[in-house]
Amino acid sequence: MGALAQHAGIAQNALRRLFSSPISGFLNIIVIGIALCLPSGMYVLMQNAQGLLAEVSASPQISLFLTMDANAEDIATLRKQLAQNPAIGKAVFVPRADALKNLAQSNGLADVIAGLESNPLPDAFVVSPRATRAQALDLLRNQLQKIPHVDLAQLDSAWIYKLEAMLDFARILTFILAGLLSLALVAITFNTIRLQIMTQKDEIQVAKLIGATNSFVRRPFLYLGAMQGMLGGITAWLIIVLCLHFLKQPVSTLSRLYGSNFALQPLSAADSLTLMLFSLYLGLMGAWLSVARHLSEIEPR
Amino acid sequence: MISFNQVSKRYPGGFEALKNVSFDLAKGEMAFLTGHSGAGKSTLLKLIAAIERPNSGSVLVNNQNVSALKNAALPFLRRNIGMIFQDHKLLFDRSVFDNVQLPLQICGFDHRETAKRVRAALDKVGLLGREKANPIALSGGEQQRLCIARAIVNRPSILLADEPTGNLDAEYTQEIMKIFDSFHQVGATLLISTHDAGMLKGVRTINLRHGEIATESSGKITGAAS
Repeated sequence: MGALAQHAGIAQNALRRLFSSPISGFLNIIVIGIALCLPSGMYVLMQNAQGLLAEVSASPQISLFLTMDANAEDIATLRKQLAQNPAIGKAVFVPRADALKNLAQSNGLADVIAGLESNPLPDAFVVSPRATRAQALDLLRNQLQKIPHVDLAQLDSAWIYKLEAMLDFARILTFILAGLLSLALVAITFNTIRLQIMTQKDEIQVAKLIGATNSFVRRPFLYLGAMQGMLGGITAWLIIVLCLHFLKQPVSTLSRLYGSNFALQPLSAADSLTLMLFSLYLGLMGAWLSVARHLSEIEPR
Repeated sequence: MISFNQVSKRYPGGFEALKNVSFDLAKGEMAFLTGHSGAGKSTLLKLIAAIERPNSGSVLVNNQNVSALKNAALPFLRRNIGMIFQDHKLLFDRSVFDNVQLPLQICGFDHRETAKRVRAALDKVGLLGREKANPIALSGGEQQRLCIARAIVNRPSILLADEPTGNLDAEYTQEIMKIFDSFHQVGATLLISTHDAGMLKGVRTINLRHGEIATESSGKITGAAS
């Protein structure tokens, strides 16, 4: 109980010191908050992009265009073959006549099509694979391409490749950003604690003269660093929550216009906790480095 | 309790503050340390609390070789030594009460015991009514007494005072000597540096000159001089 009360006292003291000059105290915390909210915000956006990617790539399609000489019998064999393939969820046959009709309706090409002597479109299957990963899809496409009477197997996944590559790029960028800004946080704390040690120089000297151990002298500064880090983390969290709140409406409007019911996902509880603990830890680390560097310089004379 | 054996201290730059100093101070003994300014009085006191380390010889406190103590052991040596500084070393960002409770906080006393001891110490030096004041508002004599309260609150067995009456008038000096005497009565070991010859009646006096013990006048108990 005594030890606990003592720690509570030190924590309270650290909080008071943190805001002993309120403006610079708040500025420090805001700087840390902004530094942290950049990588965490990017992380949130990436999580969302990944969700979006999963949603759209959940229904990839492969179009199988048949050769013009494929007859009804060939088509029936093919239909059976596709139904038996375990990698394929569904295969819908689109007769060439229907395809032409659809084209005429949808694209306003009715006049052009009416002028054609014969139907230039081939019969086709629209295949829905079970796999969603780009590589598995590509494999399936190559397999389908080799089937007799298949003229062309076309996968609509080139853009998924590109999106995935872009997400990989963004992920690495986020890591680099997170690393650099974590370093900045450590540096900010290092400096704050250095200044604090300088202003409390007399107190440290007196405490050492009357028998304070190093850990006693060190403790308030570690508390100060950890607390500043955590308050910075909370600030970052608030910034992200606020930004997501403001983005929510426009994003859902946009996705409705695209016929999707995609909605921005907020930061999960686990991620929020990780963010705060991580910033607390970084603050503690900065304080530790600073204390190790500067406290030994202050010896009583 | 305190034993110097052939102790020399040279500061960087070559100034030799103490040369071959040897003396013993028994448990419960009170002694004055006199000498001109620069004679090495402050250095001698600093060696006892291991604020400075000797270049040669040994300093024993409570049969412990202070000059060989590891840094991590120093706090525990110092908790047993009450120090009164010429420049007081008070903290002006906190109240009189908070200044006095610092040694108790360091030792981890709980709130109630701390408050009790702080009041007892302030009472002893006659500052009980000023516990909420800021030390900057105290007179020179009061600041000195506050410094004494901080030194004794922990009930150390050794009390070291560096020119405690340095710039006080005779009346204040008398008061402070009375406080020291009451500590002597309850069995503390005291070493007080001073250049005030009026204080010295009937008490053992070690006189330093240019870093060496020049004369030693014995009080009631005779220490072994080299």
